[in-house]
Amino acid sequence: MSLLSLDGVTLKFGGVTAVNNLSLSVEEGQVFALVGPNGAGKSTVFNMISRFYRPVTGSITFDGRNLLNHKAHEIANFGIARTFQNIELFEMATVLQNLLVGRHRHRRSSLPEQMFFAGRIRQEEREHRHAVEEVIDFLDLQPYRDTRIAGLPYGVRKVVELARALSTKPRLLLLDEPASGLSVEETQDMRWWIDDIRRQMGITVLMVEHDMGLVSKVCDRVLALADGAKLAEGTPAEVQSHPAVIEAYLGTSAISKTANARGERV
Amino acid sequence: MDVLQLLLSGLANGCVYGLVALGFVLIYKATEAVNFAQGDLMMLGAFVMVGLVNPQYMGLNFWLAVPLALLIMGALGYMLDIAILRFMFGQSQTAVVILTIALGFVIRFVAGVIWGHEPQNLHSPLALGDVRMGGVVLSLADIAVIVVTLALTLGLWQFFQRTKLGLAMQASSQNQMAAYYMGIPVKRVQGAVWALAGVVACVAGILYASKGTLAISAGFIGIKAFAAAVIGGFGSLPGALMGGLIVGIIEPFAARYFPAGYSQIAPYALLILVLVFRPHGLFAQVRVKKV
Amino acid sequence: MRFHFKTSYDHDIRLFPDWWNFSLYAALLLVLLGLPWLIDSFYLGEMTNVLIWSVAGLGLMLLTGQTGQVSLGHSAFMALGAYSCVNFMELGLPFLAAFLLAGVFTGIIGGIIAVPALRLHGVYLAIFTLALSILMDDLIVILSPWTGGVNGYFAPEIWIFGIEINRWSAPETWYYLALGTALMVTFFYRNLLRSPLGRSFAAVRDSEISAQAMGVDVARTKTLAFGLSCAFAGLGGALMGLFAGAFNNETFNFLISIQLLMAIIIGGLGFIHGAFLGAIVIAFLPQFLSIVTDQLGSTSIPGLETGVFGMILIAFILFEPMGLYGRWLKIRTWLQLFPFARRDMFRRQKSYLKTERLR
Repeated sequence: MSLLSLDGVTLKFGGVTAVNNLSLSVEEGQVFALVGPNGAGKSTVFNMISRFYRPVTGSITFDGRNLLNHKAHEIANFGIARTFQNIELFEMATVLQNLLVGRHRHRRSSLPEQMFFAGRIRQEEREHRHAVEEVIDFLDLQPYRDTRIAGLPYGVRKVVELARALSTKPRLLLLDEPASGLSVEETQDMRWWIDDIRRQMGITVLMVEHDMGLVSKVCDRVLALADGAKLAEGTPAEVQSHPAVIEAYLGTSAISKTANARGERV
Repeated sequence: MDVLQLLLSGLANGCVYGLVALGFVLIYKATEAVNFAQGDLMMLGAFVMVGLVNPQYMGLNFWLAVPLALLIMGALGYMLDIAILRFMFGQSQTAVVILTIALGFVIRFVAGVIWGHEPQNLHSPLALGDVRMGGVVLSLADIAVIVVTLALTLGLWQFFQRTKLGLAMQASSQNQMAAYYMGIPVKRVQGAVWALAGVVACVAGILYASKGTLAISAGFIGIKAFAAAVIGGFGSLPGALMGGLIVGIIEPFAARYFPAGYSQIAPYALLILVLVFRPHGLFAQVRVKKV
Repeated sequence: MRFHFKTSYDHDIRLFPDWWNFSLYAALLLVLLGLPWLIDSFYLGEMTNVLIWSVAGLGLMLLTGQTGQVSLGHSAFMALGAYSCVNFMELGLPFLAAFLLAGVFTGIIGGIIAVPALRLHGVYLAIFTLALSILMDDLIVILSPWTGGVNGYFAPEIWIFGIEINRWSAPETWYYLALGTALMVTFFYRNLLRSPLGRSFAAVRDSEISAQAMGVDVARTKTLAFGLSCAFAGLGGALMGLFAGAFNNETFNFLISIQLLMAIIIGGLGFIHGAFLGAIVIAFLPQFLSIVTDQLGSTSIPGLETGVFGMILIAFILFEPMGLYGRWLKIRTWLQLFPFARRDMFRRQKSYLKTERLR
């Protein structure tokens, strides 16, 4: 059984159909990419999985559990973590504190224990920090550990957001445009990290990405969306050469040209 | 007849609340800031008028003093923007709220120093006559309040819907940077709004002072007017007037039919009910942020 | 400049980062404990007042500084604390039990009120809480069997373990009561900050949407913040009412909540130190002003206190939004880096306002 599956999901905003009868399934251990032009509904799919939006019809199942029966804050408890397209970090807190919020779902101590800082909490805090330090090591964030987010450059924020998502120790990681706005070197780093996240940590990844170079290097499976509906699905190479995809990106006349020169980027 | 009398006097009171609420909404629509000092601006406008008209001060003719007072308050509103609010550019709504609360404190203090803390009466021609219509007594001031309020609301509403400046004001509240890029002089527009808010506050103040005695604490009706603005919905000018009328009409009826002690809580109880069941006022404008 | 070389996780978790820091606060505590021998009873009373304001300020700070929710209604909860404390005492409870129970009771009521309130954002929450504090004034009159109505209450005698806490015959007893409460609340506050709950407060303040994505139940977190905040404010209110000797519906009018909010902003939003610094300003400003007006030989000017307070607040919001404590942090950094501090180091980033109608 697949880890995450969307079945016939439709979402409308007023009269606009943002996602139309979309089905997809992500297998455990896969790196799965959603591609498509702006406004195709990719982020909307993420927001439905995060339960910020509720689809009109269809179902979303994660590990045999119907996500639509749960609230947004419960999703993280099932082992789904995410990043955001326009970085949503806790600006006034340090990197370390941001990552520790990621440990929220692993907390066990009660309110009195926290107020008196007695009992389990001290040991628990040590464990949180241990877990967070591993993520910091993995993503090379040591220089920024005690810096406030408000003073960090864009590229670092992007990594901090990935780190915060990893701190939750998820089974499924949703990455919303992990490489957008990053330099070539930073995109390279991101590529190795995604590879390692899958290989070393065994985390399944579902990502939205425009950079087809990155997608074709790290992904097993790609789904192309246009106007909220599925256009094509398959391996990166299959999707890139799919006529409907080329048409959606470049217009009909371009099909013949791109057939010969199938580049890295669409 | 009793009911009709209560209704009409409530209507006149409600119009004053509505006028102050109009000031709130004006600034909110144009700058997305909430001006908690609007009630105190109204009080100040009334005292400026007292200072111009009453014999122990300057003793000017009432109708000469009206445009002068409007001008003074408009200039003051503009100056407040230049001297203080312009520096709040880009800061959070909450910071502006607290700033304007503090501004209200300062205005009350300054007015107290200039005009003293004793209640005063404005020598207004509106305060003299009564009009009788079939058993219902209405003062001239009450009628003036109702007429002026309706006209002003309609005018401002049209201004926001139709004129270029009105649209520019709305645009700059939604997204300052984008408004800049579209060539709207955001800062000047803000100054204009504050000047306009000063003028509206002055109108409200003159009408308020014509209806009865005036004291420094009159600024606190800003709180009731604020409740009115929230009840009516913050983004809408007719809504603000409606909210003002609702609060104004509830008060005399509550005072008449509820036991003493319960009547004055009616507007706030209504406010809390509205906020609990319609968290963003009767005309909601809040949408969920896109991520 | 001192560096903290962290060698274990406990380094981060500890209340004091190093021995120097610990000795600094230990010295401060010693001075505070010895204060009754250092200053006369008038200033001891003023210090008691400062500590009482600090307790209430810490309560509001938890909500506004930590969780980002503005309340203009904390005077209502201070009143609730004061009245419930006296009522518990009249039921025969010893003072200490009644006092702590009043805090818990106020916290629970606050948490219940938070349920509808927490759906509101920003200005709407502010006006909701403002309405609460105005309503409280009238409610106290309506509920006169429990509150004494407009006649109010005279503070009952207070005994803790056989010692009478009396403002007039033994001002130091009151001072220690206030100091003990302030220390307790600070201890709770500090512990929350290093716990998951404190971090989820900050998460809710900075981005509700990603707090949710991290598994933080925003509604529950806000309710807890509101409840805890009210509990602390209730303790502060109980002390304030009892310290005043007599209190009625006007003791806790809505201007008190506005003053409290102003105090924590002047002190520095989001810092424990800020609550104390703000309390010092609010408690000593009237003294200071009366000395100044005496020096100038003029009679007292009505409304001067609130007017000057408003001006100070405007100055702070315009020029130092981080408050007194924020200013001190900057001065300290400047001294530590001397002579290498750059002029624009603390420049605020220019930002543009976007509509807050989107949430």
